[in-house]
Amino acid sequence: MGGPGERTRGADATGRSIPGSASQLKTIAKYELMNYIRTRRFYVLLTITLIMSGLLTAVVALYQPAGFLSSPLGFYSSWWGMAATYILILSGIFFGGDAISGEFQNKTGYFLVVNPVKRSTIYAGKWVAAFIASLAIFSAFVAVTVANGAYYFGLDVPYQFGLSLAFSVLYLMSILGVTFFFSAIFKSASISILVTAILFLFAFSLTQTLVSNLAQMEPWFLITYGAEVIGNVLKDPYPTHIVTVQLGRVTFTTYNAPILNGVAIMAAYFVICAALGLVIFERRDFS
Amino acid sequence: MTDPSIQAVELTKCYNSFCALSGLNLRLEGAKCVGFLGPNGAGKTTALKMLTGMIRPTRGKALINGIDVQENKKAALSTCGALIETPEIYPALSVKEALMMVAEIRGVPSTVRKDAVMKAIAEVKMEEWIDTKCGKLSKGMKQRVNLAAALVSDPIIMLLDEPSSGLDPRGMAEVREIVKGLKKKDRLIFMSSHLLGEVTEICDEVAILDHGKLLAYDKLERLTSALAVGNTKECEASFSRDLGSDALKEIASIEGVTGLELVEPKRLILRLEGGNEAQERALAKIAGLGVGLIAFRPSSSALEETYLRLVKDSR
Ligand SMILES: Nc1ncnc2c1ncn2[C@@H]1O[C@H](COP(=O)(O)OP(=O)(O)OP(=O)(O)O)[C@@H](O)[C@H]1O
Ligand SMILES: [Mg+2]
Repeated sequence: MGGPGERTRGADATGRSIPGSASQLKTIAKYELMNYIRTRRFYVLLTITLIMSGLLTAVVALYQPAGFLSSPLGFYSSWWGMAATYILILSGIFFGGDAISGEFQNKTGYFLVVNPVKRSTIYAGKWVAAFIASLAIFSAFVAVTVANGAYYFGLDVPYQFGLSLAFSVLYLMSILGVTFFFSAIFKSASISILVTAILFLFAFSLTQTLVSNLAQMEPWFLITYGAEVIGNVLKDPYPTHIVTVQLGRVTFTTYNAPILNGVAIMAAYFVICAALGLVIFERRDFS
Repeated sequence: MTDPSIQAVELTKCYNSFCALSGLNLRLEGAKCVGFLGPNGAGKTTALKMLTGMIRPTRGKALINGIDVQENKKAALSTCGALIETPEIYPALSVKEALMMVAEIRGVPSTVRKDAVMKAIAEVKMEEWIDTKCGKLSKGMKQRVNLAAALVSDPIIMLLDEPSSGLDPRGMAEVREIVKGLKKKDRLIFMSSHLLGEVTEICDEVAILDHGKLLAYDKLERLTSALAVGNTKECEASFSRDLGSDALKEIASIEGVTGLELVEPKRLILRLEGGNEAQERALAKIAGLGVGLIAFRPSSSALEETYLRLVKDSR
């Protein structure tokens, strides 16, 4: 035991100790989120989401398309299919695309990383903040969807919509896993944003078309293929796994991921990418 | 009570075939301020970055309070505040929020957190900008906030990489005063700087680096006297009150004093001849005059000479 002025290792001048990693994660997520929701990006994305929702609302109200208004499930299926995955992808790119690369390029990492906090805590805290910010944007879209659904069909929301929502959240997690991974690889913030945007907006779907139509192979390794469960679960009956169409001498095959496969694909993308991204971030030099 | 310590063991960082730092061995222990000098590109920032876990050593170890930064950064840096180069702060956070974040991460209890942040802000004279978004601050103001972030948790060890970089002359003087104030609080400060005046004024010891190699590490006086030109030496004396012309005349008449220059009303540069004995005699005499002598140290030009000679020899 020591007298006055005694200090223990791991405590600073006043004898206090450093918070646990979970509590530090919460702190980082809190301030990161505060930073996110004040940026122009957040408002741009919110505006895009509200414009999409407004357009859908107006078109459905004016033209009363049969596809939308024949049944509650049909309504949610059509509405959701128009925009949900795009909003998820845009949020993932906006909030995750430069999450890590920005720390290096903008030197904000120099402010955080010299503190007694593990890099994994910083990574996870930033991930949680990006997830919550994306969820906030997505909630706006969900709210308008449900409000319209309630207007036309009352509060009779089909259970499939609940499932679709859950899959959407999982998709968002996996998108952020991928965007964080790419943002950990690249030094330049704009390049990491560009690469994730190209991947999600073109490359994945192009590959999927090529693989399934030309190679006649199930694109089980593509995140966008797994994400199709978000739309498929709103179809009654659920589309069959492998559909073959005989057109003269040519056979066309379409693949629809069964729910379990879809969930497994998205979960695998999330786990693998998040882990790889973390390993890369842990090893990268701030120089 | 364990003394605060900073240690580099064979610390090396190479980028491909070029080594920014080669085999640095250095152990700093106890409450004091150590200046870290060296030309541009010498490897100062590289060393400090390894001590704070920002980059990984190619070889060797960086230890803070005996804990390997590479192995357990959180524990190693738990008592350490650092400012490396010129960090950016999340642009949408206000000055206060950014510092609250750091204080919270570093475990300043919620009951005193706000006070600690306010105190740190006052210390760097940023009270006026407390609610300004960090993205709107000028470079110098940002650097003040960065300095506040390094000191907000009242750490025992501080690693500062050119803390006054980007500041205007008054800002530099203010940072010098802040760092001087930090020193009183019984801590170990390791500070890189190009301002030899600042180093002479604040630091007790000096480490000089060039081309990734340590050229010297010693007490300031010993370093400067070992390389003094012949028997002549320049010293600097500080007084608690303004020196009158009578006092100046008396000092000038002391044996061994060959030159005097009053740089400020309370700061005097003396040229002394006759080695340590002359210095001892002169110091005793000046102290005996009762003119308010409070400090006596080698002048910054002495450090400059030493520095230039060491750095030139290493080329
Ligand atoms: N990522 C990097 N890749 C290659 N070389 C690097 C890298 N980072 C630093 N260097 C080199 O390492 C050397 C040491 O750099 P360092 O920043 O440590 O110098 P310094 O002593 O802090 O200089 P200054 O006084 O200019 O701040 C320099 O020659 C620099 O070019
Ligand atoms: Mg430097």
